[in-house]
Amino acid sequence: MARYDRAITVFSPDGHLFQVEYALEAVRKGNAAVGVRGTDAIVLGVEKKSTPKLQDSRSVRKIVSLDTHIALACAGLKADARVLINRARIECQSHRLTVEDPVTVEYITRYIAGLQQKYTQSGGVRPFGLSALIVGFDPDTGVPALYQTDPSGTFSAWKANATGRNSNSMREFLEKNYKETSGQETVKLAIRALLEVVESGGKNIEIAVMTKEQGLRQLEEAEIDAIVAEIEAEKAAAEAAKKPPSKDSLV
Amino acid sequence: MECVFGLVGDGFALVAADSSAVNSILVHKSNEDKIMILDSHKLLGASGEAGDRVQFTEYIQKNVHLYEFRNGIPLSTAAAANFTRGELAQALRKSPYSVNILLAGYDKDIGPSLYYIDYIATLHKVDKGAFGYGSFFSLSMMDRHYHSGMSLKEAVDLVDKCIVEIRTRLVVSPPNFVIKIVDKDGAREYAWRETIKDAEVPTA
Repeated sequence: MARYDRAITVFSPDGHLFQVEYALEAVRKGNAAVGVRGTDAIVLGVEKKSTPKLQDSRSVRKIVSLDTHIALACAGLKADARVLINRARIECQSHRLTVEDPVTVEYITRYIAGLQQKYTQSGGVRPFGLSALIVGFDPDTGVPALYQTDPSGTFSAWKANATGRNSNSMREFLEKNYKETSGQETVKLAIRALLEVVESGGKNIEIAVMTKEQGLRQLEEAEIDAIVAEIEAEKAAAEAAKKPPSKDSLV
Repeated sequence: MECVFGLVGDGFALVAADSSAVNSILVHKSNEDKIMILDSHKLLGASGEAGDRVQFTEYIQKNVHLYEFRNGIPLSTAAAANFTRGELAQALRKSPYSVNILLAGYDKDIGPSLYYIDYIATLHKVDKGAFGYGSFFSLSMMDRHYHSGMSLKEAVDLVDKCIVEIRTRLVVSPPNFVIKIVDKDGAREYAWRETIKDAEVPTA
């Protein structure tokens, strides 16, 4: 097996591209990221690993704008992300210049995925070690969309999805608890999914909301703390309701 | 017969441009907007070859936007002007763009500014500037009446004086003008000065 993971252009005998699979491993080690699509907003959430005391946290933005109506969050190698994000931003402006129309979410996802695929079929290069969650509103229809790409270059649309560390637990949670939401409810759902795998508190979570009118808005730490407090209160209330009636059960 | 002129006032900059799109003796339209809103706080008034004008200014606009997305902060007016001039200079010795530009902007730290950029990539930071045959009349008018720190009313009066002068003295003067303003609240259309409105379509 060791012979088939040197150059990625080589298939293994049982049909694997090991470099791509190793790239997916890198994604699994990256920070948790979640995206939830609502009716009028799409929410992206990312786990913030504890910032070193001397680091200026404002320079580490994990949820970025690609255009006024498109945003991206990712899990995996951050340096690879920087390259892909740069190319995507250029493509967004280039598309506007040539066809005088903003990109659709699907178009830019297809572009990013296409780029990721190119690097699985070229000599001497390695795949991009990241999975991206791309959200936005289509300029003509105004329909919200959430897409995910991965190092192999595949992409698909989702109602809600997670990637990175413990993404399986988050996805399970979303599968159980997803319903069509709007506004603040969508934000809460995203935070609840993240809280399944991340230490609670605004310090450890970065949340951004994409709306048609306002574009991408990053939530302040205080706002996140407030919502987390709401969620904890709801959880506590649910726990209390579930507890069987204490003294009167034995008659 | 294209006219573009502009000036800097107290906390704002104005750019005025004619709005005719002409091909030899045919007027295609009289409401062509030649002042592009480059970003939230910049205006780009351009005159010259119609194809070059649109191609070049749109190219500059998209690059200015790209910078803002890449760096999370908009370009300063001076930087945008120098970038524009650089692009013109690079194309100059291959296939030059025949576009003359007045770039007006507002920066929080230095206030309003106006840059004169001509088709051979001359760049000047100015208080008032003009291009085209109309410049003979508008520059003279501004030389006579301009002073630094004009209020909005004074500046618009001066722009109107220039437009009257162009209308009276230029042989094929454009009928309509658009005036745009940029100040701390952003770049936006200020007014039109029309003598010809597009004819209403007759209803049956």
